[in-house]
Amino acid sequence: MAEPMKIRATLQGDVADVRVLMAHPMETGQRKDAAGKLVPLHFIQTVTAQLNGKTVFTADVSQAVSRNPVFAFKVKGAKVGDKLSITWQDNTGDKRTDEVVIRAGS
Amino acid sequence: MHQTRRSVIKAGGAAALLAAFGGALLKPGHTLAAWNKGAFEAKNIADAMKSVGVSNAEESKAIEIRAPEIAENGAVVPIDITSNIPGTTSISVFIEKNPFPYTGTFDFSQGAVPYVHLRVKIGESSPVRVVATAAGKHYTTAKEVKVTIGGCGG
Repeated sequence: MAEPMKIRATLQGDVADVRVLMAHPMETGQRKDAAGKLVPLHFIQTVTAQLNGKTVFTADVSQAVSRNPVFAFKVKGAKVGDKLSITWQDNTGDKRTDEVVIRAGS
Repeated sequence: MHQTRRSVIKAGGAAALLAAFGGALLKPGHTLAAWNKGAFEAKNIADAMKSVGVSNAEESKAIEIRAPEIAENGAVVPIDITSNIPGTTSISVFIEKNPFPYTGTFDFSQGAVPYVHLRVKIGESSPVRVVATAAGKHYTTAKEVKVTIGGCGG
């Protein structure tokens, strides 16, 4: 199973500033391993973020996203204590969901 | 495409979940099943934009792309995109000279601000083209990123 995501969600004014780091190799299908064999395509295809159960941000992406992907986005109207859950799914059907609560920013 | 029995079961489970929640939580036409394979497999920018349905985008200065002019490492190029076009609901990214230019689409709803940060692989120096969609219309701008070490060798 995939490693947990690292999610930081802090409130700046009434905007939640979200930054997420996912652990994933994001193989392009063009790289060769030490034995000279092509490493098969293995990459995150979709990301969905929900704030208190409502979808706020989705991403459909390709293998051009860097290894261990980082995404950041902002949601207006969020409050401290709101629940943010993020799910990714890759091209092999593997997926992972992690949840955090929005914290007060500095 | 080779799929193991397990992944088929997982995919089926995801589809069932989406069917259950899809109506309420996701915008129509945007489910996991809708991952636009044709667009992602397009090998040139014109075909990719056509497959995404944004080939008629008009040039706009209201989209800001923050990316390095010269990327030392093409495997990790940070990009910040902000659309200042009112009512922007989605942002699509194309790296024109990558083997598969279409990099992704980001959708915003329920208060999400039309801003996204991501890190991408860029194989050779290339314009990064961004298309913002607002009220069914498409707007575009591009920024050239020079790469000294390519990003496709891993």
